[in-house]
Amino acid sequence: MSNAVLVLEDGRVFRGTPYGAEGETFGEMVFNTGMTGYQETLTDPSYHRQIVAMTAPHIGNTGVNDEDPESSKVWVAGYVVREPSRVVSNWRANRSLDTYLKEQGVVGIAIQGTRALTRHLRERGAMRAGIFSDPSESVEALVEKVRQAPQMTGAELATEVSAAEPYVVEAIGEKRFTVAAIDLGIKGMTPQRMAERGCEVHVLPATATFEQITAVAPDGVFFSNGPGDPATADVSVLQQVLAAKIPFFGICFGNQIFGRALGLGTYKLRYGHRGVNQPVQDRRTGKVEISAHNHGFAVEAPLDRTFETPYGDAEVSHVNLNDDCVEGLRLLDGTAFSVQYHPEAAAGPHDAAYLFDEFCEVMSRAQA
Amino acid sequence: MPKRDDIRSILVIGSGPIVIGQACEFDYSGTQACRVLRAEGFRVILVNSNPATIMTDPEFADATYVEPITPEFVEKIIAKERPDALLPTLGGQTALNTAVALHEAGVLERYDVELIGADFDAIQAGENREKFKEIVAKVAAEKGLNADSARSVICHTMEECLAAVDVLGYPLVVRPSFTMGGLGSGFAYDEDDLRRIAGAGLDASPTTEVLLEESILGWKEYELEVMRDKADNVVIVCSIENIDPMGVHTGDSVTVAPALTLTDREYQNMRDVAIAVIREVGVDTGGCNIQFAIDPRTGRMIVIEMNPRVSRSSALASKATGFPIAKIAAKLAIGYTLDEIPNDITKETPASFEPTLDYIVVKVPRFAFEKFRGADQTLTTHMKSVGEAMAIGRSFPEALQKALRSLEKKGSSFSWTGHVAPKGELLDDCRTPHDGRLRTMQQAIRAGATPEELFEATNVDPWFIDQLFLIDEQARAVAAAPQLSLEVLATAKHHGFSDAQIGEIRGMDESRVRDLRHALGLRPVYNTVDTCAAEFAAKTPYLYSTYDEETEVPYGDRPKVIILGSGPNRIGQGIEFDYACVHASFELSRAGFETVMVNCNPETVSTDYDTSDRLYFEPLTLEDVLEVVHAEQQTGPVAGVIVQLGGQTPLGLAQALKDAGVPVVGTSPESIHLAEERGAFGRVLAEAGLPAPKHGTALTVGEALAIAEEIGYPVLVRPSYVLGGAGMAIVYDDETLTTYMAAQEGGHPVLVDKFLDEAIEIDVDALFDGEELYLGGVMEHIEEAGIHSGDSACALPPITLGGADIKRIREATLGIARGVGVRGLLNVQYAMSAGVLYVLEANPRASRTVPFVSKATAVPLAKACARVMMGATIASLREEGMLPAEGDGGTLPLDASIAVKEAVLPFNRFRGVDTVLGPEMRSTGEVMGIDEFFGIAYAKSQAGAYGELPTKGRAFVSVANRDKRSMIFPVRALADLGFEILATEGTAEVLRRNGVHAKIVRKQSDGAGPDGEPTIVQRILDGEVDLIVNTPFGSPGQSGPRLDGYDIRTAAVLRGIPCITTVQGLAAAAAGIQAIVRGDVGVRSLQEHARSLRG
Repeated sequence: MSNAVLVLEDGRVFRGTPYGAEGETFGEMVFNTGMTGYQETLTDPSYHRQIVAMTAPHIGNTGVNDEDPESSKVWVAGYVVREPSRVVSNWRANRSLDTYLKEQGVVGIAIQGTRALTRHLRERGAMRAGIFSDPSESVEALVEKVRQAPQMTGAELATEVSAAEPYVVEAIGEKRFTVAAIDLGIKGMTPQRMAERGCEVHVLPATATFEQITAVAPDGVFFSNGPGDPATADVSVLQQVLAAKIPFFGICFGNQIFGRALGLGTYKLRYGHRGVNQPVQDRRTGKVEISAHNHGFAVEAPLDRTFETPYGDAEVSHVNLNDDCVEGLRLLDGTAFSVQYHPEAAAGPHDAAYLFDEFCEVMSRAQA
Repeated sequence: MPKRDDIRSILVIGSGPIVIGQACEFDYSGTQACRVLRAEGFRVILVNSNPATIMTDPEFADATYVEPITPEFVEKIIAKERPDALLPTLGGQTALNTAVALHEAGVLERYDVELIGADFDAIQAGENREKFKEIVAKVAAEKGLNADSARSVICHTMEECLAAVDVLGYPLVVRPSFTMGGLGSGFAYDEDDLRRIAGAGLDASPTTEVLLEESILGWKEYELEVMRDKADNVVIVCSIENIDPMGVHTGDSVTVAPALTLTDREYQNMRDVAIAVIREVGVDTGGCNIQFAIDPRTGRMIVIEMNPRVSRSSALASKATGFPIAKIAAKLAIGYTLDEIPNDITKETPASFEPTLDYIVVKVPRFAFEKFRGADQTLTTHMKSVGEAMAIGRSFPEALQKALRSLEKKGSSFSWTGHVAPKGELLDDCRTPHDGRLRTMQQAIRAGATPEELFEATNVDPWFIDQLFLIDEQARAVAAAPQLSLEVLATAKHHGFSDAQIGEIRGMDESRVRDLRHALGLRPVYNTVDTCAAEFAAKTPYLYSTYDEETEVPYGDRPKVIILGSGPNRIGQGIEFDYACVHASFELSRAGFETVMVNCNPETVSTDYDTSDRLYFEPLTLEDVLEVVHAEQQTGPVAGVIVQLGGQTPLGLAQALKDAGVPVVGTSPESIHLAEERGAFGRVLAEAGLPAPKHGTALTVGEALAIAEEIGYPVLVRPSYVLGGAGMAIVYDDETLTTYMAAQEGGHPVLVDKFLDEAIEIDVDALFDGEELYLGGVMEHIEEAGIHSGDSACALPPITLGGADIKRIREATLGIARGVGVRGLLNVQYAMSAGVLYVLEANPRASRTVPFVSKATAVPLAKACARVMMGATIASLREEGMLPAEGDGGTLPLDASIAVKEAVLPFNRFRGVDTVLGPEMRSTGEVMGIDEFFGIAYAKSQAGAYGELPTKGRAFVSVANRDKRSMIFPVRALADLGFEILATEGTAEVLRRNGVHAKIVRKQSDGAGPDGEPTIVQRILDGEVDLIVNTPFGSPGQSGPRLDGYDIRTAAVLRGIPCITTVQGLAAAAAGIQAIVRGDVGVRSLQEHARSLRG
């Protein structure tokens, strides 16, 4: 049974047992440090083309339910755990994680050395990997196969995960705003958080043009999270939105596109932030929020001063206290802002939910 | 926001003696706080009556008061020291209650002392159940959260309680307000239960208030540890899940961190509720914990309670995550915000984050029911455990099995050999929560129980039940394997099986399994507790073993000393041993060694990652210790392993470690054996010309009777294979001896010793380097011989021994130290009877009294011991100034202050257990009282242990015939002080004949009088008596006077009235009361004391 292998592109091999679907899979090897929320993580489109290793040892204990997925499918390219649960224990669960992964055709592996893997990635940086449930080739051959897999740097993936057709998430209660949300890999909780605040959310495909956006007469435009290298993204649509002074809010990939639209650069982090315990400071108030992260790229921006952009002066609004990474940007006139992390949480703490309120305030000011 | 500069001095209140529900976790938190505050430049004033704590070491505060933690004494300290601020959140409920009392009495206002770390509104809101319910309802409504409270009714009288039943129905929960550790709470299934539990609860609550609420028995139970700063930054440090569902006190539950059976939505809801509640309550500069219950069928969540202070759980959470809650709480109290405080472990990241774990932590409680015959052993909402062990593993089975073996108690680990009871019987046993229920469940699995049956019987979450099945399957695989291949062994080790368990399953010796395992190259690796699941490199070496891929033990450049700790607290082995280990670590690190601590007790200072250069959180079994030694030897030379300071636990490993080639330093295992083995020790005594009480060894009733005949009654009997006084008894006649022998397990020898009636017992701690003896201290017991030294009050310097006696004691101790071959500390117990100094026993190790002696004489004995073990001489330590240049604890000046140590007994936790003291130790902790005069020192010790002695009112006296003569003088003193004296007939007669007016009261066995005159027991229960003196007589099992005494003492415990059970204690108490009445009771810090002793 213990013939499955996880092979990294630098030749390191972890042996284990197959979990979920069997076969072979490739992707960028990343680790996630969240102790809860595997179902949300698996269904987060930002994990497209990534093999995710969970640092928490016991995974699957609460099974799978119908309420918690963040999208209609599992997006991870592969899944690495230590101690898969043999039973399901939760009043909301209706099947096991193992069954779910099999249904979704997601190849996984259970290995002992998830911590060794994490330390390896921490020291060497993110890299490509492959999971092979029952390989017949030599390890050398498998490493070679992994090296043939596409790199994350330079990958344009948003269009692969985006909704093909627009759809609308109705406001809950009284409708106050119309939001055009560009789906670059949007998580289900994001329009939900807006809808709870009276937003009717028009989710548009990643390829939406400025005209298609204005066609829904939005009070605000939102750019979602999503996978891939932000350097590949087309920022012209967002630039048109900013030029038109339509209120803007972006999350994660949306933050990176905002940065690039403002003329800033983006870069790949050595091993990224993936977890639900990252301290982010709101530099305007000094308050620290514990936040959910999932990003391998970040924006380069000056931390010590405001800076000029074609759309007015801007500043870094949020910073990660662990590594001083840029976690949020805003135009000083308050019409556009974005964060690198996940205020919609799911999985993760709800400390940053106030950002949705701020978006509503910006739209409200613009309406007035 | 930086540190406050408007306060300069801070008073920290400790938690007092170790009691059930409030143990050395508060020494850990208090020590951390004192270190932080001093490092930040504050003048720290500390009060804690417990001398066995690290925090009361003079170097941790500027002024250390080992004085009673009562509002009266703390006020004296405030008046003397005039602190700017009071930090009450690190000393448990004791500190918090004292702070509230000082506030209510206007003391804080009068002396302009600011409360920091908490405010009164927050304390009230957190602890007043009605207010707390309103807060929960408010946050649930405002934020749309899933949070509720159990339906409940507050009652102040029994009538209100009975009326509440109409609303709530049975069963219901009774919870008294403002008590710690769930004291006085319980489940009532009918009116009898309700009257009993609520009655006691109304008494136990300082506000005469109990809460009755709907039963949520069997729900899932969780706890979150939360920290908040004044800028409103909030972090959840840790989630803890109880494997035992609702109904068992958290302190008595097996718990696991992190929570393992919640989805993110449920966890985040809990987190949101916790944060909303802490904001609403207003805890704004510190830590608190919040407990939750979740209905496993519907997910309905109830917020049970919160504690606006650090707690036992926060100590556990700190050890489980590497996030030092108490340290951070102290920093928040002085003005910092979380983002300004660095994370010690990573150094790179701030404290404003939430630790994430890539391992599992399991905590298991340790009980001592064997010490309290007659106590109800069912686990309830009323905490009964005396200690706990924690273990870390990379999977739940690994952590659980490590935790169970950390308990060091026979039968605590899972087992697959031997007889299995029928399934039905085992399932029935599982229905009632009890010590070792997980093992009962495991046995039920062996007997064929299904997961569904186990869930039905226990309500333990099915996920945990499946893990037990997983462990069972692994055991079967080990049993069925044709041979112990690498794969079989590796899989078993992955699931936490010890070599001993594998050996048991395979019918092999543990050492053979180990040899085989080592031959196959299978050893554990050591992972770091790093707060971040390896996301960042950890700087603080805090390690645990696991069977995984990569070891993370750093290379060292200094010679290493490995110190073995004392494991879970238990009666007879507690904080005092941790104190010695911590001291050794501090001192040896200073002396240039790299110190490595091994321990598994999460409550202690020794398991703070700051204490030693490296910490291994590991069970103290031979296997686990050998692996640590091996791992350390791989990364540098190990100069020595210290087994002498952690009590019996490491001492028991000495020989096996030495046999395995481990360099055990200090007194050699062979010498330890010389002191422990009766025959060998007899020869040592004979050679030194020292007498021991006459004795013999008996296997049968006949042999025992013959020995008793020869040496004469009374005799002290005990099984030869137990330690710490377990199973000891003093026997006065043939009949009782016959009964005692009949009750012993066959085949085990029983030691029969002449019992020295009316002897003075003396305890000595001494240091020996092979040449010179340093007499650390000579303690004279206040109670006569026959009461376990751990339960006896004692005075230092001795109050009735003269210079000639001390000289004899010194010579005898030197003779024993030489004869045994001690290198380090030695504890000897003597009895002085009719001018003869008898040797009762000698222990070549740090004793329970080392911290007390160190504080009373201002000499760091444990530090000196560590140095001697590593080769220093007493002469060189005198030169260094660690020991006084001349003289020792036997030559204290005649005007030296007298320190009295008093034991604290947990009888209020074990209702129905006789409170009379005997040769078996039952105390959980100790306090010290210190003063120029013995009477005041004794009174302080009583105030610290049990509350202040009364200075007026009614005293009830009933003593055994043998005590009647010696009682007269002290009772007359009480009468002269204005006490009304009540006595039973016989005692009253003697008193009257000696001119003391005593009023006769009816005995319990007499029943109420013809005109309804109440018995003494009734009068005690009615609160009409202020002081009770009752010395026991007769033999166990007899009716009459003995049983009367039992009822009296039980009533005293119930009402919390001081009850003195020895005539010597009475004399000391009378002297103390006289001193208090005279009103010249002052306070003096240990630093002042040290200056007066050492100049």
